[in-house]
Amino acid sequence: MSLSVLLVFIVAVVLAAFIIGKTRALKVSAFQGGAKTLNSLPYYYGMLTALWTGIPAIILLILWQMFDRTIIDNLVIQYLPSDVQNMDGEQLGLVMNQVYTLVGGQQVGDVAPYIEQAAAKVSKLYRMSEWLQTSLITLAMIIGAFVVYKRIHPEMKARNHIELFFKYSLLGCACIAIITTLGIVFSVLFESIMFFQKVPVSEFLFGTQWSPQMAIRKDQVGSSGSFGAVPLFVGTMLIAFIALIVAVPTGLMSAIYLAEYAPKKIRSIFKPLLEILAGIPTVVYGFFAALTVAPFIRDLAYSLGINEYISVSSESALAAGLVMGVMIIPFVSSLSDDVINAVPQSLRDGALGLGATKSEVVKQVVIPAALPGIVGGVLLAASRAIGETMIVVMAAGMAANLTANPLDSVTTVTVQIVTLLVGDQEFDSPKTLAAFALGLMLFIVTLALNYIALHVVKKYREQYD
Amino acid sequence: MNNTADEKPVDLPEQHDDHTVGKPLLKDPKISVRNANVFYGDKQAVFDVDLDIGANQVIAMIGPSGCGKSTFLRCLNRMNDTIDICRVTGEINLDGQNIYDKKLDVVPLRAKVGMVFQKPNPFPKSIYDNVAYGPKIHGLANRRSELDQIVETSLTKAGLWNEVKDRLDQPGTGLSGGQQQRLCIARTIAVSPEVILMDEPCSALDPIATAKIEELIAELSENYTIAIVTHSMQQAARVSHRTAYFHMGKLVEVNKTQKVFTNPEHSLTESYITGRFG
Amino acid sequence: MSNSNTTELTTTQIVQNSLKKRYRAERRFKAFGIASVCVGVFALLILFTEIISKGVGAFTQTYVQLELKLDNDVLGIDDVSNPDAFMQANYTKVIRNALKEQFPTVKKRRDRRALYGMVSVGASYKLQAVITKNPDLIGTTQKFWVIADDDLDTYYKSLSDAEPFTGRMNDKQQAWVQTWVDNNQIKRKFNTTLFTAGDSSEPELAGILGALVGSLLTLSVTLILSFPIGVAAAVYLEEYAKRNKITDFIEVNINNLAAVPSVIFGLLGLAIFLNFFGMPRSIPLVGGLVLTLMTLPTIIISSRAAIKAVPPSIREAALGMGASKMQMILHHVIPLAMPGMLTGAIIGLAQALGETAPLLMIGMVAFIVDVPTGITDSATVLPVQIFLWADSPERAFVERTSAAIMVLLVFLISMNGIAIWLRKRLERRW
Repeated sequence: MSLSVLLVFIVAVVLAAFIIGKTRALKVSAFQGGAKTLNSLPYYYGMLTALWTGIPAIILLILWQMFDRTIIDNLVIQYLPSDVQNMDGEQLGLVMNQVYTLVGGQQVGDVAPYIEQAAAKVSKLYRMSEWLQTSLITLAMIIGAFVVYKRIHPEMKARNHIELFFKYSLLGCACIAIITTLGIVFSVLFESIMFFQKVPVSEFLFGTQWSPQMAIRKDQVGSSGSFGAVPLFVGTMLIAFIALIVAVPTGLMSAIYLAEYAPKKIRSIFKPLLEILAGIPTVVYGFFAALTVAPFIRDLAYSLGINEYISVSSESALAAGLVMGVMIIPFVSSLSDDVINAVPQSLRDGALGLGATKSEVVKQVVIPAALPGIVGGVLLAASRAIGETMIVVMAAGMAANLTANPLDSVTTVTVQIVTLLVGDQEFDSPKTLAAFALGLMLFIVTLALNYIALHVVKKYREQYD
Repeated sequence: MNNTADEKPVDLPEQHDDHTVGKPLLKDPKISVRNANVFYGDKQAVFDVDLDIGANQVIAMIGPSGCGKSTFLRCLNRMNDTIDICRVTGEINLDGQNIYDKKLDVVPLRAKVGMVFQKPNPFPKSIYDNVAYGPKIHGLANRRSELDQIVETSLTKAGLWNEVKDRLDQPGTGLSGGQQQRLCIARTIAVSPEVILMDEPCSALDPIATAKIEELIAELSENYTIAIVTHSMQQAARVSHRTAYFHMGKLVEVNKTQKVFTNPEHSLTESYITGRFG
Repeated sequence: MSNSNTTELTTTQIVQNSLKKRYRAERRFKAFGIASVCVGVFALLILFTEIISKGVGAFTQTYVQLELKLDNDVLGIDDVSNPDAFMQANYTKVIRNALKEQFPTVKKRRDRRALYGMVSVGASYKLQAVITKNPDLIGTTQKFWVIADDDLDTYYKSLSDAEPFTGRMNDKQQAWVQTWVDNNQIKRKFNTTLFTAGDSSEPELAGILGALVGSLLTLSVTLILSFPIGVAAAVYLEEYAKRNKITDFIEVNINNLAAVPSVIFGLLGLAIFLNFFGMPRSIPLVGGLVLTLMTLPTIIISSRAAIKAVPPSIREAALGMGASKMQMILHHVIPLAMPGMLTGAIIGLAQALGETAPLLMIGMVAFIVDVPTGITDSATVLPVQIFLWADSPERAFVERTSAAIMVLLVFLISMNGIAIWLRKRLERRW
């Protein structure tokens, strides 16, 4: 059966199992005085039967879908001529692709006879696999339903079973957060370790040359690639620094103005307006930075004659940083707004009662009291700026210059991750692996920043709770 | 039935300062509590309570704020299970079965021992659905007509039927405070429990609503065992057969209500009912 | 100031003397605050005016009216009943003949090519569609509005400017356009292609439908997975979890995941879904999975807040009735928390809709012409389409990029609007 038919079949059987279970429960209780003697309501017995019928089938189905292609591949490869079998992974992959296009019936022109044979084999195996899958799943469903059916008894605590199942399913969902984190750690860690076997850690961390373009063919002379990531780190910091210079004062002052000064009406207009900035996708900011801000800055620099002293690029760090700063303004301002509002009114009243002006209260009481929270917010903003991708990909350029000149073009960690991984890649070349090593760096740094920030903010919250 | 209670004469262990005075134990009790201790984390909230509650009786629990009377009440249908750090030791028997037995399922227990809370808490659903909820989840009605019947009887018993029969489909939260509380009582009766626990059911209500609820309690006591926690001594005096006085987590005195209010044995009880503290 | 004077100053006088300075500081501080708010709003204004002024042109497209001789000798349709015959007919020739006829003086090969280049290659497909539908037209002469090439389109749109954008248009081509303008043979019509076509390397034939459908498919996968899982996780953490190490660990993980850069999720998708599980590249299924992992923390956090807002008295009421925990959750807590959870889910989905970087990693950046029909078809999404077009050198893509951004923003704003409406309308105050 095809997948969709099989799914419909499973659903139908599960529904049938529900009805069978419920009927059975009513039947076994009939001798003892009806449904009220049952430990649980009849439909719980139906649900239990349905669960035991459906879950093994679904697990089986998922496993089958995940592995059938791999198993069939391996089986078919054994039938290929030995010289084909001995080809390296990539070429073998090409051959298999040919086989599968033939199976799909899209092949035009002549193919080697061994491919035709393999294709026939694949079709046969697929038919077998489908048949086997259907029968195994049917069998699993019958066994599951039968086991529960036999055990249905007025004293059986069907509801408690269902409750337990419910609880553990919820726990499973909650654990996805842990699994995701583990997934991230493992996926970047394994590739990074492979990378560091080819490129020493010290070169990666302290080298100042970044040119990951490796030879495309093995016999090509010349480029061997160098992986000193310092220019990327510096570029990232430069752009993030510019962004923070824009975002922190503006965000903080906006929050203070809106929280402490602005009349209610103004607040209700401008707060959502600022929040719109946070909802705009980063790709839009990137487009804006690359098309509007960067040329403007370049033209401005040329008209002021700055280009005579320092190099001015059309993809400047300043443009990316400025736009990123604008993007982070609402982030800083809403975090600051939270912490400012958490400062108890009594502290303000104390200072106001002494005759302090509003700005003095803010500067001398509110900000010092809210400082840990604000610092936490700034750290979160920094982590945001470091991890931001699209703006820099579109506006910051690829050249790995080691410079502190904001008008020059720099590249960042995220830009390199994207450029190294977009398009076709071979999975074991240092070039691809380097992206994962950069990802690891990025993950560690942002994780540390987030952790510290969340910790600081939490401590601060507890202080006033 | 609790046979041990039948065989053993009702006698108290030797009286010492710390122990309950009066008559905490009964013949043939509906609920019997022995050595009950309740802890919140490291803090003990209820100390060593021995108490029997007779069938179709109203027992009032009085005492100053924070004396553990509500905590004790919530042990009787294991509502304390919802608090993570709360731990109960000792034995609480309902019809001779220990309700803190590990194998016991709390769901049928709570169907048997219903509860009315301090603040009226109707579900944000229609009046009908509020009352019908319990019968539905316990499968007490097979047909719609049976369910209608249960709803009507329960509301009638709670003295609310005439006030709401024309607007059963309106939200229960739209009723007045006293009506809401009677709706909650109706909702509890709908499951036909044997015991009803009431945790200060009138504290959020005005005097007229309070009077109606008290009347209701008196009527209900013919068919149900009722344990009521109250702040008001007058209320305890009006509605209960027996009264238990709690102080600092200890059960100080239990006796016939009249006896407690006219001739208390313990000096703490006396101070409380004469208004020296509380 | 003399000594005696100083000593005589009362506190009030000292305060009075310093007041002027303090009030100046006060005004400065306030002005700084207003300026900060203005910076943000100003940036927003510039951004919107830039995008709208650049993108509004893309909603119209230039068409040229040609007198086409639908001669069967040129077309070469011998059998009207055979659909293949329509597919193989030479429509380009018909259009070129019409151009040649109107400008008979153009003889040089280079000029000819320039002339033919003024009409889009898409024009012949359009003609094919028309003739396939109406075979009776064969042999007649018809006036047709044919779609113009992007260079002509850009030039014509800028014609009213002080300095028209000529781009690749040479003087001769400009003269031809002038002829058409004089003859009323050229006009702008609403650009339906933008909303009905997939991507194309020709700007005038490129549309966002493919990307829009891709976004929709990806978001459906995300919604179907992340909402139930997020709600379930939130329910577990709020209703079941005991305060212990595992719970704390889950919480720390969720909070951190909410702040992990999105590009890292792309690495995860690439390493786990594509390499480990061997799923195909560029499909909405994988994109949806990656975005699910990314939006889960947002949904969990907001769902938890919504569950927390359900008053404990409702839970007590349900439990006191003898409802089991599962019944209490399913009958009371989740229905009451639903508006809040939905609001969170919509906001999370809006984030996912605007997300680009992780999808680049899993290959949704490919050039895909066909509109995807299922979650396992190759597809791209709207933000990635914007990224791709923003990178294209053709001038005409700039306005299409801006138009695509406008469409994306309309979607995002309406989603957030719905979320706000839901929150205002359905959220219950206890």
